Amino acid sequence: MSRLAVPKTYKLYIGGAFPRSESGRTYEITTAKGAFLANAAQASRKDARDAVVAARAAQAGWANATAYNRGQVLYRIAELLEGRHAQFVDELRASEGVSAAAAARQVDDAIDTWVWYAGWADKYVQVAGSGNPVAGPYFNLSVPEPTGVVAIVAPQGASSLLGLVSVLAPALVSGNSVVVVADQAHPLSAISLAEVLATSDVPGGVVNILTGSPAEIAPWLAAHADVNALDLTGAGELEWVELQIAAADTLKRVVEPEPGVPGRSLDRILAFTETKTVWHTKALI
Amino acid sequence: MAKDLAPTSATGFLDYAPAPESTSILHLQKSYGLFIDGAFVRGHGTPFASVSPATEKHIAEIATATPKDVDVAVAAARRAYDKTWSKLSGADRGKYLFRIARLVQERARELAVAESLDNGKPIKESRDVDVPLVAAWFFYYAGWADKLDHAGLGANPRALGVAAQVIPWNFPLLMLAWKIAPALAAGNTVVLKPAETTSLTALLFAEIVQQAELPNGVVNIVTGAGETGAALVRHPDVNKVAFTGSTAVGREIAKAVAGTGKKVTLELGGKAANIVFDDAPIDQAVEGIVNGIFFNQGHVCCAGSRLLVQESIHDEVVDRLKTRLATLRLGDPLDKNTDIGAINSREQLERIRELSDIGEAEGAERWTAPCVIPENGFWFAPTIFDHVSTSSRIAREEIFGPVLSVLTFRTPAEAIAKANNTPYGLSAGIWSDKGSKILAVADKLRAGVIWANTFNRFDPASPFGGYKESGYGREGGRQGLAAYLQAGTALKGAK
Amino acid sequence: MHSPTSSQGAPTTPAAVVLAPAERAVRMLGGDLTERSLRLHLEGLSGVDAVGLEQRAAGLGTRSIKTTSKAWALDKIIELIDLTTLEGADTPGKVRSLVAKALTPDPSDLTAPRVAAVCVYGDMVPDAVAALGAAHGDPDAGLVSVAAVATAFPSGRASLRVKLADTADAVANGADEIDMVIDRGAFLSGRYGEVFEQIVAVKEACRRDDGSYASLKVILETGELNTYDNVRRASWLAILAGGDFIKTSTGKVVPAATLPVTLLMLEVVRDWHRLTGERVGVKPAGGIRTSKDAIKYLVTVAETVGEQWLQPHLFRFGASSLLNDVLLQRQKFTTGRYSGPDYVTLD
Repeated sequence: MSRLAVPKTYKLYIGGAFPRSESGRTYEITTAKGAFLANAAQASRKDARDAVVAARAAQAGWANATAYNRGQVLYRIAELLEGRHAQFVDELRASEGVSAAAAARQVDDAIDTWVWYAGWADKYVQVAGSGNPVAGPYFNLSVPEPTGVVAIVAPQGASSLLGLVSVLAPALVSGNSVVVVADQAHPLSAISLAEVLATSDVPGGVVNILTGSPAEIAPWLAAHADVNALDLTGAGELEWVELQIAAADTLKRVVEPEPGVPGRSLDRILAFTETKTVWHTKALI
Repeated sequence: MAKDLAPTSATGFLDYAPAPESTSILHLQKSYGLFIDGAFVRGHGTPFASVSPATEKHIAEIATATPKDVDVAVAAARRAYDKTWSKLSGADRGKYLFRIARLVQERARELAVAESLDNGKPIKESRDVDVPLVAAWFFYYAGWADKLDHAGLGANPRALGVAAQVIPWNFPLLMLAWKIAPALAAGNTVVLKPAETTSLTALLFAEIVQQAELPNGVVNIVTGAGETGAALVRHPDVNKVAFTGSTAVGREIAKAVAGTGKKVTLELGGKAANIVFDDAPIDQAVEGIVNGIFFNQGHVCCAGSRLLVQESIHDEVVDRLKTRLATLRLGDPLDKNTDIGAINSREQLERIRELSDIGEAEGAERWTAPCVIPENGFWFAPTIFDHVSTSSRIAREEIFGPVLSVLTFRTPAEAIAKANNTPYGLSAGIWSDKGSKILAVADKLRAGVIWANTFNRFDPASPFGGYKESGYGREGGRQGLAAYLQAGTALKGAK
Repeated sequence: MHSPTSSQGAPTTPAAVVLAPAERAVRMLGGDLTERSLRLHLEGLSGVDAVGLEQRAAGLGTRSIKTTSKAWALDKIIELIDLTTLEGADTPGKVRSLVAKALTPDPSDLTAPRVAAVCVYGDMVPDAVAALGAAHGDPDAGLVSVAAVATAFPSGRASLRVKLADTADAVANGADEIDMVIDRGAFLSGRYGEVFEQIVAVKEACRRDDGSYASLKVILETGELNTYDNVRRASWLAILAGGDFIKTSTGKVVPAATLPVTLLMLEVVRDWHRLTGERVGVKPAGGIRTSKDAIKYLVTVAETVGEQWLQPHLFRFGASSLLNDVLLQRQKFTTGRYSGPDYVTLD
């Protein structure tokens, strides 16, 4: 006789904890063929607000960790993801209806993306910063620093795990904290990734994952005064110009929508940094 | 307070009870062969013994690689370069280096104990400085392996080929990491020769290479004395020579590779000035002076061996320094409370003694920290020479031991002139609360690393290396990676 | 000596205000002690590099204290504790219970030494004195002192008149030691003379009828001073004004005692001794909860000012839960197995 499985309850990931939506709402997640898979939490604007509060509280600590430490923490995510490879393959197959090989490739790519970005943590400053030969008795150094709290709409519709990792990792490298709205139709691997994050060394609140409707949540994040940057990579199907206009109220840094899964790039790291230039006098007497 | 001082406790708390690190974690072989093409093989020279400098006890027998063995090792490295390593993606090379970094972290305690046993350095240094930095170095360069386009050489830079690497005995495993990590990240294969007196951790590292399942021949380790090293750096089939050691040998290498097209990195001697201004944070400056010259028994090429102190605070600084040195504990390197370990070899001890005697004969005022010297082993108590003149040999020659020469200056200009008055130029220290002065003095110093209000700091992200006779090339940072690369468009290079 | 209000009626420019001629300050700065001369003196102190200080403290924290040294250290920690209760809910019963614990820290092992003092609010002094009875006295004689926090502890926000009355009252009731707080507001706004005068005045309020003085611990509340340079200045100021001890914290502000701050204060005390031959005490208070932490402090004392400072008249721990952790460690030493919280008494 076959054993009856114990299904998982999927919730949100805010401040290192897994709450249900404060609204009490859920929505049905189905397989590609329409069969019931799970009920995901449908985040509300108040969940988004809580997530921003958690992200803000965690940001300074994450940014103040040494670059070496951040790199190791991000690498640790890759290690743990590797250990749960099979679980993610199963989840992606069920949710996205892709082949085992395609799912495995997606998980491999997600792991390698973490490793690639982990390596940047203690290098992007060396590549993007500069010592500036100003005309005068001054020491002059420019270094990029994290911008703060980044709100992200993850790629929607396909490659839900790789899409999420491809927008999440670059924002984290420099020391930003993140509120991300996952792939609405395929949010399961996002919450499973949250379990990986919760058991890795990423401090609670550095990553906050919301499932639900980007159309409903994104405007609140775009207009939120305590968000510093807005990554609209997965917002191509939304009224994203409206979001960009809302973000302009507080002059958020905005990354425009991009179809599919964005590739690994240094630009994505630098999109969420501010360059700070320090002048200091130099004089012997 | 009306109370008179109570008598000091009879127990003598400061004579902390022994807290020895256990050596039971070590599982050493009786004898070690050469590590070539992924396996330990016999060397064809006469094996030699590695002894613990703290006890003069035998640790293990180490093989000697003859020129023929070096040939075999270079051939293995060449094969590995041609057949596997150069064909691997940067991401995969990086993954191997990440594995090595993790294995080093996992075996950190064991490596620290082996290092202290073999080298004589205090366990607190091997445990808290050397081995963590080894792991950090592999982590850092692991991340570079798939980002070579950003190394500063333009798009698609290429590896050089086979790197011949010869390292010293003062930081055996750390110097190995400084050499191997960037070389492998850039896509080279290596043949490395550790110092004769400190081969042990390199051979334990060979085991880590096996555990990481690194392709055979990517890392080869040949042990032996100077002749082995000479055969390696002169080998016609190596494309890169990296050497850390004495200026005399560095000069020989520079001559030997002339005209061969080999790319060279030399990290040689130093006679660093540690400049203390009268507005320095005094307690931290004293700590920095101590760390600058007595860290690792002064066996540090960038050691702050010349203290340049502003005349107005000379007496106070020297006085505080002596008080502080009196609290240093010299003894068993494996005791967790030891601050000063053993001198690495009898030869080195003789050299330190000789130069110290010269210093005394030349009229400098010698002061030795009060500490009990163990009966066996090689030891030298922390020593200060005060009122040293710039012409004195102890102010000019690298002693490479726990001996500090104190000189004075009156103005920043004089401090700079004195600091630069040496054929060396590896490092320097500046102590002051005034940022503007620090940066201006740093500008004028002819040295590759300047520490302000700190000393002897190392980080894989930070380039290290010297001016003048302290060598050329940099290790660490992007510069250290570029040292193992050539631009994608270059015509010459690896076969 | 001088009156606490001696600066009244002084010239109007603040810098020229003449300060109370506290003995140490006069010796160090000369007879014409003014706000200006005090300020120049404090501003002339060597700076502190925070990174270097913290690295040194961390280095001292890695000392490995084993076997006989550890056994000695555990008993020494107990002998140096000011066993403290400073709650609004304190009652005579609670204080009696604290005193019982101070006298017999471990009822299952009578070889455990007594603590140096009990530290209570001023109105609890009579209860502490009564509970100690014949055991009240100098810790050097195996007795237990009574320390009282005073001067509108912990904020210090009261008029000088109230602070002095608070102090005198505790002394009159039998307090051997007064733990006063400095006016951090005045210090941070640069009114060093005011802080100085208050300490001098409180010291005078510590005077008993027979002419002797209760020992004065000056709490700097380093967590509010924020920078190490401020801690060094405040330490020096407190010593100049006549403090017998400099103490880190009230325990009511986070961060309380830290190893780097204590190291820095020990360096000040060491420098004062170098200059004058006088020994001043140091008391880290608040946040030291484990034997392991306390041993780091012992090491720091021994390697900074010398082992002779490890005695109750020169070093104290202000702590409450620390004692039980030391007792657990002590039991481990005696029995060879780990003990548990059920085997030490609450207080």
